[in-house]
Amino acid sequence: MASIPAGSWVEIEKVVLNPEERAPTVPDDTKLTPYKMWVSGFLAEDGQTGEEVRIQTIIGRELSGKLVRVNPSYSHSFGKVVPELLKIGTRWEQ
Amino acid sequence: MSTRDNSYAAVMARKNEIMKMSVGLDYASYAHSPIAFDYECMMDDTGYTIEDILRIQHETKVGNTPLFELRNLTNAVRKISEPGKGARILLKDEAANASGSFKARRAAVSVFEAATKGYNGVIAATSGNYGAAVASQAVQRGLKCIVIQEVYDSRGIGQPEIVEKGRKCEAYGAEVIKLTVGPELFYIHLLTLEETGFFNSSLYTPFAVKGVESLGWEIGNEVKDRYGKTPEAVIITHAGGGNLTGTARGLLAAGCEDTRVVACSVDLSGLHMASDHDFNRKSFTTGHTGFGIPFATWPDRADVPRNAARSLRYMDEYHLVTQGEVFYITELLTKLEGIERGPAGNTSLTAAVALARQMDEDEIIVVQETEYTGAGKHHNSQLSFARENGIEVRRGDPKDNIPGKTIVIPEQLDQVWGKVQDIEQLRKSYLKNAARQHPLSDWDEGDVGFLAEDLKTDMSWVRQQMQEINGE
Repeated sequence: MASIPAGSWVEIEKVVLNPEERAPTVPDDTKLTPYKMWVSGFLAEDGQTGEEVRIQTIIGRELSGKLVRVNPSYSHSFGKVVPELLKIGTRWEQ
Repeated sequence: MSTRDNSYAAVMARKNEIMKMSVGLDYASYAHSPIAFDYECMMDDTGYTIEDILRIQHETKVGNTPLFELRNLTNAVRKISEPGKGARILLKDEAANASGSFKARRAAVSVFEAATKGYNGVIAATSGNYGAAVASQAVQRGLKCIVIQEVYDSRGIGQPEIVEKGRKCEAYGAEVIKLTVGPELFYIHLLTLEETGFFNSSLYTPFAVKGVESLGWEIGNEVKDRYGKTPEAVIITHAGGGNLTGTARGLLAAGCEDTRVVACSVDLSGLHMASDHDFNRKSFTTGHTGFGIPFATWPDRADVPRNAARSLRYMDEYHLVTQGEVFYITELLTKLEGIERGPAGNTSLTAAVALARQMDEDEIIVVQETEYTGAGKHHNSQLSFARENGIEVRRGDPKDNIPGKTIVIPEQLDQVWGKVQDIEQLRKSYLKNAARQHPLSDWDEGDVGFLAEDLKTDMSWVRQQMQEINGE
C-alpha cells in the first residue's frame, strides 16, 4: 500500500479517556464508550491510515494520533425533502 | 520536559490555577462567601464603557445590525388575535454580524481583551455559534484560535447543525478539536489552555457578557428613535444566560427600565444532555432547557469560577416552546417575510408570536436575534436528520411533542402557544443549589442581599424561603 505523503491534509483520532477513566458524573450509556477526539492537520512525515502519526494543525500546533482520514471533507446538506414543510405559509394553507 | 500529571483528576484539581492564568482575572478578590460576590464590581473592573464596546465591535464588523419590522407576520398574528390585540413584532437581524450571529458581540470584546493582554491565541469550548464568532474575531485581531466542540455520538454521527458549526470555525482558520459526548470536554479545555497558554475566551467572562450589552443598547435606542417610546417587551433565547444578561443590561443603560425581559428556550425536558443515546435525538443543540434551566438555577456551573451571565438577575418571564413550533415559525418567516434564517435563532421569534397575541396592537415586542442559515444549519436538514434517527415527524397539535420521540409541526399559526415556565420555581431551585454550596445556617446579611439581587427579588422573600427550606 502506497504511503500517504508528508504534508497531506489528514484527520487523526485519539482516545482521550478509556471507559473506566471517564468522569464520575457521566450517565451510564455514555460511560460504556471511550472519550474520543479528532483533529485535522498536515501530516508531519509519510504515514499510513491506521498508523500513529504526527500532524501540524492549521495554527501550527503539533499533535499525534491515529491517522483515520485523508483530505477530510464535509458532506452535510439540506437533507431529504420534508413534505410537512412544503405548504406552510403558501396558498395551500390559506 | 513536562512532568505534569495529566490524568483527569489531576487536571481538574488544577482548575482554579489554570483559570486564573487563562482569563487574567482574580475571581477570589470579588468573593464575599462561597455563594456571594460583588457582581457589579467584577463587571465594572473590565473598564469597558458602552462607547468602548461599540467602537471595538465596529472595528471587527460587529453590531449596528438592522432592526426589521415583521409586517406580514404581525398581520398574520392580528388575524388570529382578539380585536385590538397583536403587538408589532420587530426583529434584530443579528445574522448580519461577522460570522452570522449575535455571538460575535461576545467574541469581539473577549478577543480584544486577549489581544490587549498579549495572549498569542484564544480558546473557546463550545458547539454553538460562539466558536465561529471567536474564530472570526481572532483572525481579525491576528490571534491563533482553537475551538473545542462536542460533535459526535459513539457511532461517530454528528448533528448536521454542529458539523456545520465546526466547518465554519475551520473556514476562519481555527484548529477544531472534535469530541464525542461528555462533560469531559472541560478536561480537554483545561488541558489545552495549560499546554498553549492561550486566553480562555469563555462565554461567561465579564468581557463576553459586556459584549452583548451593545445589543440591548442598540434595540432600546433604535425603538425610541423610530417609535418614540421604549419597547414593551424584548424576548431573548436563553441557554447559558449571557444573551439575556447582556441584552438586559444594555436595555437598562438605554433607559428601558419598564421593558419586560422575557426568556425563551426550546423545551427538551426528559433528554439527558450528556447521554450518548439522547445526543442525536434532539434537533436543537443550544437555546434549550437542557442549558436554560440548570444555568438559571445555578450560574456558577460555568467554565469560570464566577459566571458573569446571571439570567434570573434580569428575567421577568420565561417562556418555553417546542421544537415543532420553532420549525413551523422558521418556515413561516421565510414564506411571509422573505428572509431565511437559522432555526435556533428563531426560538424567541416563536414565543414572540404567542406573546404578541396577548399584547395590545400599539405595543412593541422585539425579538433580539437571528442567526445565519445554510447546509446543516437549516430546519429541513434538522428534520430530515431527526427522521433518519427514528424521530416521528408530523403535522398536528404541538402539545403532542415529546422531546426525543416526536416532533409535531403545528397545522396553523393559532396552535403556536408554547407554555409559561414558572420562574418562582426556578428561584427556589437556585436557593436550594446555593444551600448545597454554602450551608444555609452560615448565610449572613451579605449572602441574603446578594441572593435577593441575583434573583430579582427582595431580602424578605429570601428569608421566607430559607425558613421553608429549613422546614423540609
